[in-house]
Amino acid sequence: MASKAAPVVRRCTGRLLVSPSPSFLLSSTCRYSRPLRTPVASACRPTRYLSSAVPRRSAASIDVQNQEIERENVILETGKQPEEIKLPGGLNAGAAMSPQAAILKQASVMDQGARPIYLDMQATTPMDPRVLDAMLPFYTGLYGNPHSRTHAYGWETEKAVEDARANIATLIGADPKEIIFTSGATESNNMSIKGVARFYKNKKKHIITSQTEHKCVLDSCRHLQDEGFEVTYLPVQSNGLIDLKQLEEAIRPDTSIVSIMTVNNEIGVIQPMEEIGKLCRSRKVFFHTDAAQAVGKIPVDVNKWNVDLMSISGHKVYGPKGIGACYVRRRPRVRLEPLISGGGQERGLRSGTLAPALAIGFGKACEISKEELEYDHARVSYLSKRLTDGLLAMEHTTLNGDPERRYPGCVNVSFAYVEGESLLMALKDIALSSGSACTSASLEPSYVLRALGSSDESAHSSIRFGIGRFTTEKEIDYVLKAVQDRVAFLRELSPLWELVQEGVDLNTIEWTGH
Amino acid sequence: MATETAHRALSLYRSLLRTSNNFSAYNFREYAKRRTRDSFRSHQHESDPEKINSLVKRAEEDLKMLQRQTTLSQFFQLDRLVVEGGVEGKDAQGARARQKETGWD
Repeated sequence: MASKAAPVVRRCTGRLLVSPSPSFLLSSTCRYSRPLRTPVASACRPTRYLSSAVPRRSAASIDVQNQEIERENVILETGKQPEEIKLPGGLNAGAAMSPQAAILKQASVMDQGARPIYLDMQATTPMDPRVLDAMLPFYTGLYGNPHSRTHAYGWETEKAVEDARANIATLIGADPKEIIFTSGATESNNMSIKGVARFYKNKKKHIITSQTEHKCVLDSCRHLQDEGFEVTYLPVQSNGLIDLKQLEEAIRPDTSIVSIMTVNNEIGVIQPMEEIGKLCRSRKVFFHTDAAQAVGKIPVDVNKWNVDLMSISGHKVYGPKGIGACYVRRRPRVRLEPLISGGGQERGLRSGTLAPALAIGFGKACEISKEELEYDHARVSYLSKRLTDGLLAMEHTTLNGDPERRYPGCVNVSFAYVEGESLLMALKDIALSSGSACTSASLEPSYVLRALGSSDESAHSSIRFGIGRFTTEKEIDYVLKAVQDRVAFLRELSPLWELVQEGVDLNTIEWTGH
Repeated sequence: MATETAHRALSLYRSLLRTSNNFSAYNFREYAKRRTRDSFRSHQHESDPEKINSLVKRAEEDLKMLQRQTTLSQFFQLDRLVVEGGVEGKDAQGARARQKETGWD
């Protein structure tokens, strides 16, 4: 019906614009009335939606009178309707005179899109508008220090921060008192591993972690090695999961902490948390997990998993960057040496004034994630299946990591005979990464993929696709087509590909060095 | 009574969709529309008046939030995404890309 109505209305608007003021008045009243449904009725009521002058349906209010006066001034001075006057850039003056149009101008002039599609949700996620909506009051009017106990400014902020803490705790099945706000998952990881190791250093000198951990865990462990601790870096199987038997063998009487991440940031495999937790609990070893990629995406329960310490990041759950949390179990109590000393905020584990707006945004993000967990997961699984099926349908492509025990939003695929970096360069219209953002600056192949036993070539030709809450089907289809085209193009250029097509086994070739 | 609530819900549904369309960022716009549609659809056979009331209240809150956020998004516009180009058409002069031709749906 709408399509039938549209041309009629547009003609009608054009005609009425000859006498600007009545048309404007008519339309401004019309804007607030219910849209009429019959084509005939709508044809006789011109609406502002359809005139090219004003972007339709903007919620910001327009200063009606000023605009009217301005219009009349233009008509007096030039003797022309503002709509007839052309401005450079293809706009007419009528459009430029509306304050909203002025705002919209820049983006509306774009005739073809220029921004790449964002498909790197493991690096960071866009902040949900609902989160920003919860944060804004705390950037404008409510600026109290949540630790101020003597006045209302402090109380209101404290209340909101505590609510946020409760939301985070609910999402992971913890008690609000067990949540410590930090600056991010990196700080949480550092705090947990270094804190526990240093607190128990007189009796226990051994730490266990895996080779596919995030850089900040591995680096913290390396740092502790310099302080005299012993660290076991568990290897992983070719599907990315650790071997529980190896873990059991690695635990020693003087092991203080085991740190295994829940969802891997590069290949998306989910480690067997429950089993690891049970094992650690039975051997009386603290269990720390880096759940930055898992919280809000898969169901997380610290009690079911027997997790003692957990790192969470705000910006991976569609929250703000610069905030994270560390779950520190209270019963049985986990004791750690704080990295930061000071005023004793956050149970003395992380001194320093909180960033209320960030903490509140993080809390809101967790609340939304909790509500939307199933909906989002179903959606991400659907898109992921579409993408994975399409990519694996191409020849010589392999999915890295376990095909079953994985978070579907992280798809890591190797394209044989294509250089990963050149594929990334060829895919300029898609924001992708070949691995974690922390290591993507170097041209080294990903250490995670090397740990899975991938060859150098295979690790070099891998690309990670991250799907999230805001990814659309259209984007996935675009990406599939773009990848298919450009992989085919790059392979055409490759002499190796030519040999493969001829049926030569590349391993039999003797390369001559020079 | 029942028809009144149904009418209220329908009008909220329309306003939510219409407001969602005002997000300048493609991904948020598409998400808001999809989420609105899916959540209304999942509750379309709701018969418990108390539940309906709370859902309507929730929708009203969400509408206010959407109005604030879409307005805000209009102030910080970026280029369009590559997937958007060409799909949503240009106007007669070929200079301006519009989101959609018609006024309402």
